[in-house]
Amino acid sequence: MKENIVIIGGGIAGLEAAGQLIRLGYSPIIVEKQDHLGGHVAEWHCLFPDMTPASDVVSRLTENVSEANIFVNTEILFINHLKDSYNVMLSNGISIVTRIILFTTGFRLFDASKKEEYGYGVYDQVITNRDLEQWFSTGNDDRVNSRELNAVGFVHCVGSRDEKAGNGQCSKVCCITAVKQAIEMKQRFPEAQVYCFYMDLRMFGKKYEDFYISAQRDYGVRFIRGRVSEVSENIEGKVIVKAEDTLAGKPVKVTLDLLVLMAGIVCNPDCTKVASMIPLQMDSDGFLKSRDNIMDITGSSRSGIFYAGACTGAKTVPETLAEARSAALDIHNYITSSRI
Amino acid sequence: MIYQGKQKIWSEYQKEIPDDHWFYVRSCIRQNFFPGAEVMFMKICRDLLGKDIYEAAHHTTCGGIAYHCDTIPQETVMTIVARQFALMTEAGYENYVASCITSFGNYIEILETWNEFPEVEAKVREMLWKACRREFNKPKYVAHASDLVYKFRNDIAARAKFRLVNRKTGEPLKVVEHIGCHYSKMFPSKGVGGAEYPYVLCGMIESWGGNVIDYPERRHCCGYGFRQYHVKANRGYSIANTHKKFESMEPYHPDMIITNCPGCPYFLDRWQYAISELEGKTYGENGYGIPVFTYEEVAGLVLGYDPWDLGLQLHQVAVEPLLDKIGIPYDPDEKYRGINHKDLLKPEIPGVLRCC
Repeated sequence: MKENIVIIGGGIAGLEAAGQLIRLGYSPIIVEKQDHLGGHVAEWHCLFPDMTPASDVVSRLTENVSEANIFVNTEILFINHLKDSYNVMLSNGISIVTRIILFTTGFRLFDASKKEEYGYGVYDQVITNRDLEQWFSTGNDDRVNSRELNAVGFVHCVGSRDEKAGNGQCSKVCCITAVKQAIEMKQRFPEAQVYCFYMDLRMFGKKYEDFYISAQRDYGVRFIRGRVSEVSENIEGKVIVKAEDTLAGKPVKVTLDLLVLMAGIVCNPDCTKVASMIPLQMDSDGFLKSRDNIMDITGSSRSGIFYAGACTGAKTVPETLAEARSAALDIHNYITSSRI
Repeated sequence: MIYQGKQKIWSEYQKEIPDDHWFYVRSCIRQNFFPGAEVMFMKICRDLLGKDIYEAAHHTTCGGIAYHCDTIPQETVMTIVARQFALMTEAGYENYVASCITSFGNYIEILETWNEFPEVEAKVREMLWKACRREFNKPKYVAHASDLVYKFRNDIAARAKFRLVNRKTGEPLKVVEHIGCHYSKMFPSKGVGGAEYPYVLCGMIESWGGNVIDYPERRHCCGYGFRQYHVKANRGYSIANTHKKFESMEPYHPDMIITNCPGCPYFLDRWQYAISELEGKTYGENGYGIPVFTYEEVAGLVLGYDPWDLGLQLHQVAVEPLLDKIGIPYDPDEKYRGINHKDLLKPEIPGVLRCC
């Protein structure tokens, strides 16, 4: 069917939506700023709670969009609102006139260096959840010394639920990601002490609670309820972490070989930029504002503009994929109803 | 440690510090502990750099110690501070520089409170008028005196006779910098370098030739902590904090400590004696302690002022080993001689901590 559908963002939401639209007989156009498809998931090692290799997920999604028009390394220069459509100008010089734009612009990880007290970018052995996933995948990171990894710490809620950091929202996936990463570390370094410093543990998803219990019971991961107050470095280059154990009612200080900051999810600034071209409403949490947060999460306040995935808030991979399918169906319904 | 990471943070916390015309308020306690420090600040600013630094003889305490000891209401502290600002206004100044870290924090906290709650400011203005018929303008800029020395650090370095370098080895001295808690922990943007990695003293140390030590308990309180010390029952907690810091910095073998707070140099200096008596332990070389200085004293030393004119004989920890290390000349016979060679009497030598 000759209906241009522009999908902005080639992450898992964009890929899944494109795959579904192809099955429905459309020829979607994916515009991706990066040089690869799959977004953040493509940079992840494996996914909770079944340790599914992230590359398998991205490969399956990519296979489903072989018939789509895909532009990588391509940005949106501007979008003009025409009478009944939009003119989307791409950085590769191509201009697309379309009635339908699907935003799958995803999220950006909170810049952990903004939490200065944690020392990201200042102390050598402090990394983020993303850095650790890349190390899991590649084994390349000078900050991780696998020959001497006796103690590892994870700090939850870095830039999430933190008014001072400018992000009061829960990032939803960090708790379970920390559990997953802690287990992965224990699998690789069974003798290592692994600590998780948390505020709450939000184990809401399918099998999450089991995963968390397994981390404690089967792997001996130590969960300390309390926020980290400061991080420093000793003369050997090890990381010193001070925190409060609020259950024991005591301050704790541990010496670690590696500290992993669970950087939270914030709205992708590129999304905000493109949204302003139309313009689209942003919600109070900084993400795109859906038409209705219960009944129409994939709809926008503008005709022909749809959303899927983390552009409207933090989501897990299954939630993102489900939303992408929902958006594809909404687009199909929009096209067919307008024909009538 | 990634130095560039700190530089990035430092670049984000640079405050505007006017070059000249300051109204200066002294600390309640510094002249008793380190009598040369504030004099040195005035000499550097006025005599060496030709700046206009004015002080009013009838200014008072800012009330900060009582405030942080929770013994007077905040409105009272605010009215005291309002009077200080009135003195500044009457003298025709709008830049306010405080010698004391707690005063600096107190002024910033009060100004921020007034910004948030204008009705409180109005009430304080009324109370000041009723109390002493004075009115005030709020300062345009508030700085701590270490901000000014930081600003002038390269001017001082250009005129320096000595550098923070080991004369024999040519190596930079290893310097611990200790920032007073009330400098930027409450309002990071008001301090040079922010709260986590303040640059105000690091900048001086680097400019004057030393190397800064970053040790695990760098951010920790010196041990003074107001209620930790002023409440007699808490003094064990005070010295425990100081002890923790020295244990943490010990592996780095620091040559000296520089501070920018009235209480910190006192407690880091005097508690070394107490720790030596309690634990039999000293932290410097050959049984000496680690000498502790105010930034004005260090500025005076690198500029070539006589150590005894800077009041260094009032330090508990002997400064002579460090003076020898840098190559700063001094006359041991003049150490306890006052004006006109008056004999000040020698203090008793401690049992454990080695002194000169």
